[in-house]
Amino acid sequence: MSVRHALLALLSEGPKYGLQLREEFEARTGEVWPLNVGQVYTTLQRLERDGLVESDDDGDDSPQKGFRITADGAEELAGWLRTPPDLTSPPRDELVIKVLVALRLPGVDVHEVIQVHRRYLVELMQQWTHLKESEAEHDLSLALVVDAELFRLDSVIRWLDAADGRLKRASADSADRADRADRADSTDSAGPAGAVPIVLPRMRRRAGVRR
Amino acid sequence: MSMLELRDVSKVYGVGAAQVHALRGVDLSVEAGAMVAVMGPSGSGKSTLLTIAGSLEDPTSGEVLVGGTALAGMSRNDKARLRRRSIGYVFQDFNLLPGLTAVENVALPLELDGVTGRKARAAGMRALEELGLSERASQFPDELSGGERQRVAIARAVVGDRRLLLADEPSGALDSVNGEAVMRLMHAACKRGVAAVVVTHDAQLASWADRVVFLRDGRVTDQTMPSPGPESLLSAAPGGHPPGSPRRPGQSQ
Repeated sequence: MSVRHALLALLSEGPKYGLQLREEFEARTGEVWPLNVGQVYTTLQRLERDGLVESDDDGDDSPQKGFRITADGAEELAGWLRTPPDLTSPPRDELVIKVLVALRLPGVDVHEVIQVHRRYLVELMQQWTHLKESEAEHDLSLALVVDAELFRLDSVIRWLDAADGRLKRASADSADRADRADRADSTDSAGPAGAVPIVLPRMRRRAGVRR
Repeated sequence: MSMLELRDVSKVYGVGAAQVHALRGVDLSVEAGAMVAVMGPSGSGKSTLLTIAGSLEDPTSGEVLVGGTALAGMSRNDKARLRRRSIGYVFQDFNLLPGLTAVENVALPLELDGVTGRKARAAGMRALEELGLSERASQFPDELSGGERQRVAIARAVVGDRRLLLADEPSGALDSVNGEAVMRLMHAACKRGVAAVVVTHDAQLASWADRVVFLRDGRVTDQTMPSPGPESLLSAAPGGHPPGSPRRPGQSQ
């Protein structure tokens, strides 16, 4: 999240004081995005240095110092709104790695590991839904923030469900193959020996993983 | 008080090599006023659990109690009466009768139970009013939108003095805004003291429940802990979060 651009957006409505900017920022992000006042002033100083905002020119840093957006600032904001965030390369996802590791470790039930994470995520979703139900009905910003979080968590659960199903099918298939191989063995001793092991994914592929 | 109780319930379909164990020793208790979601993949036994809870099917073994009464001791007629009076069903595809208007659909379970047409209709109108549908009462199902049809189905499920609401993927093919509306209505019914069981594979629906039970291969494998109130999401200690990053529920306190 760019605090810089959020402040520009608030200033595009008209001149404001630093403290006012902080309050409005928190209010409009459904108050789930805490911002300390020091961060507001540091960001304002940088914006001023870059010519994107101007301040009352009285040289004092009182809380009553007002800030305005400049023409360059307005242009910067318009560009930012339309620039897609970088979603092209997959982030290094800790949960994906945990499931891959669980799959390779002997004595670990990967379905049990998946369920631990699924339950945790559903519990988080229950809390967010509870919040939406009790507080977000009349607060549009909060409802949007909560929806974003619910959809994000939901997508992780869907991935866990898909992984669960895929692994179940893979182990059934390999049991099947082992079964057939056994039967082939009993009639033809020159046939392929024993069970076909489950093909485990290799974690070597690094292309596209963001550092 | 427990409105629905399943004790060590198992269900087996078929015989011999073709046997399918749909449920294996399921225990489940739902208090009046509570909503429990049952989550699981296709074939995990979710729908079987719901039909057994609704007395539409008998378990192979184990006990089912609705409102404290064991179903096993009831006659076929008693069960039918229980279904008409105490249990409401919401299905994925709504199952409204196309030849009846919205209010006639809602009033139908009461009329089947011997309530006079006028009284049943009045109760149906009240249920539709609560769901904001009184102006659509005379429309036929094919004149209603998907969201409206599902609200009519919910009105039918809670009309009269129903104590147990059983829902199978109740938001069906509705979009997320209508799906949320459906869950809000079911939740409101629970606040009036109805016990609800919602089976779904959709985590967003399930997250409306007070408790989520996970079903896998016919067994209850896990369930969520009672969730803390929403204040836990927003009451993080100052400085407890990296600036500029969103507050996450798990990071609170």
